[in-house]
Amino acid sequence: MDLYTLAWAILLLPLLVAAAILLGLKRWSGLSSLVSTGSALFTLVMSIILAAGELAPDAEKLSFPWLMLDGGNKGDFTVNIGLSLDKLSTGMMLIVTLVGFLVHLFSLAYMKDDRGKARYFAGLSLFMFSMTGIVLADNFVMMFIFWELVGVSSFILIGHWYDKESAADAAKKAFLTNRIGDFGFMIGILLVWVLTGSIYFEEIKEAVGGVANLTLLNIAMICVFCGAIGKSAQLPLHVWLPDAMEGPTPVSALIHAATMVAAGVFMLARVSFIIDITELAAQVIYTIGAVTALVAALMALQQNDIKRILAYSTLSQLGYMVMAQGIGGEGSAAGMFHLYTHAFFKALLFLGAGAVIYACHHRQDIWDMGGLRKKMPITFWTFAIGTAALIAVPFTSGFWSKEVILETALHEGKMLPYVCGMIVAFLTPFYMTRLVIVAFTGKSRTEDSDHAKEVGPIMWIPLVILAFMAIFSAYSFIAGPFRAMDQADPGHLFGHIGLTAILSLVGLIVGVGAAVFLYKGKDKDPISIPIFRDKFYIDEIYTGLIRVCQDAVASFLDIADRFIVDPLVVRAPAMGALMAGSFLRVFQIGNVQAYAFMFGAAIIALIFFLIL
Amino acid sequence: MELTLNHFLFVSGILFAIGLSGVLLRRNLIVIFMCLELMLAAANLTLVAFSRFNLQDGQPDYDGHVLLFFIITVAAAEVAVGLAIIVALFRNRETTDVTKINSMKF
Repeated sequence: MDLYTLAWAILLLPLLVAAAILLGLKRWSGLSSLVSTGSALFTLVMSIILAAGELAPDAEKLSFPWLMLDGGNKGDFTVNIGLSLDKLSTGMMLIVTLVGFLVHLFSLAYMKDDRGKARYFAGLSLFMFSMTGIVLADNFVMMFIFWELVGVSSFILIGHWYDKESAADAAKKAFLTNRIGDFGFMIGILLVWVLTGSIYFEEIKEAVGGVANLTLLNIAMICVFCGAIGKSAQLPLHVWLPDAMEGPTPVSALIHAATMVAAGVFMLARVSFIIDITELAAQVIYTIGAVTALVAALMALQQNDIKRILAYSTLSQLGYMVMAQGIGGEGSAAGMFHLYTHAFFKALLFLGAGAVIYACHHRQDIWDMGGLRKKMPITFWTFAIGTAALIAVPFTSGFWSKEVILETALHEGKMLPYVCGMIVAFLTPFYMTRLVIVAFTGKSRTEDSDHAKEVGPIMWIPLVILAFMAIFSAYSFIAGPFRAMDQADPGHLFGHIGLTAILSLVGLIVGVGAAVFLYKGKDKDPISIPIFRDKFYIDEIYTGLIRVCQDAVASFLDIADRFIVDPLVVRAPAMGALMAGSFLRVFQIGNVQAYAFMFGAAIIALIFFLIL
Repeated sequence: MELTLNHFLFVSGILFAIGLSGVLLRRNLIVIFMCLELMLAAANLTLVAFSRFNLQDGQPDYDGHVLLFFIITVAAAEVAVGLAIIVALFRNRETTDVTKINSMKF
């Protein structure tokens, strides 16, 4: 089969499934979930074929017009829905569909008794459709459409338990925060179109070298980056991601760790050819990424909710990836490589957390757990492997990708990202070790965790597969088919064990050692740093700012309403009607002959004025 | 003396004025009603006169005549309705004096 046809099938199948479930299948929730999972498996298989197949160079590119506008100086403007199949997109498709399928599988067990099971799986399928659209889009406008669609599916899934107020609020917050970034993204797309005359990535790539106005191109790139700030939850729009943990845990694994939040990084990699020539925008990108990585890691130190710790660590790792997009050189590929390894080990950690939460009857505070190592051995060991990959234990996948980013930063002479990244390399082992020690070792602290049992095979099979990927995904026998990165072979790194490798090993040992020393056998948190626990009060600052702005706008509108709208728009017409009425009722004297007289006089007057 | 268009218009004008002043000044509903008919008759006379004196190829323009018949027909129908209203009114109020029928006012 033609590869483009195959790609269309991958794109449209999840949409069909979502529609079928919502329109009729939802009465049989078991069937709905199986159909959805089946479609995920099918797209996974097709993505493998897609990645394995070589695209014929003269392949007919199938695309159809979505929006046609006439006129303008630049002639007719057509937006096509078309697919772009290259190394970047087919590799990303594999990540999305593999993690997506495993999460579907895990959800079968995790959401077994949920009332909204069919709705949940429809949401997952809708998300798979939207994410596929982003990955395969060959132009900015199509990407933006699907960009918004993932926002919608994320909204639906975060708010899955919408009768819980915090979940509904979190869904709203995620959507609104993303809208801010998306607005910048939209302006950026328009600016790029104005500058290069095209919205297609291939055409932009050719035209971008000839853009004379570099200042404007920088601004355009920063605006485009705003979209990534929102979607990939970078500072200052990161506030939605920790709250998004109100959604079901498999959703957090799929959307808020592995795929959707990585869409921002993916988009930056797509337009890396623009970043290469916009120096200022690149600086903005790596600064924001580095600061996010550092700040989020600091916040993660003092969190107690197992999912929130993972959420802040996701923020921190996303900071790494975004930073890598800005440092130039091989940075873009390095960032994508980290995205690729991170997708597996972070999905693993989230699903592991899901298994723990499931076993502990939906308790999420790590201080309520403890002693789970004996009771849930498979979950513990897979979780430990995920942790090892995240804290960059040598020879796990996370180690290689993190090293590549830091090496590239050093090589390109970007000290700020390098220093921030290095500090994070000290912090990450600390907070992850804290999580593992508190949750899995020691004694059970509550009855719920005392009664925890190992989860069933539908839940631990995805964990085992992901654990395998967490260790080995960086090696070329797996990374090759994923087309993740060409230069990421371990041998390349062994060649020069330098400053970076030594420093990160020191960071690893110091972090783990400190966490073991501080938390081993403790029942309470021995240290308390309020500013980290309260996330630098950023949420409070935003709430205050919004309140102040809202109050100002409200009081302005109140004055306008009271003194402008009321008198001019409401009371003036009312007075007019009243006065006209009291004037006209003078003529209502009740005598039919007087009426006849007025009638006749008026007709004569009319004739006089109109005809004569 | 030869009759010209002006003579007819003069007569019809007088008729219309008599009718109008009757409608405006008389108090008896029946008389007002008859005066209304007088005004219609004046209008009819004008139509016929214009029609008669507007010769085309030596023939009168018969459009006016046709319109006249319509007016007469409508007037007959109107008389039927109008008289019925007057009868109904008289049964209620036992008067045909318009100055006494003035309860519909502000």
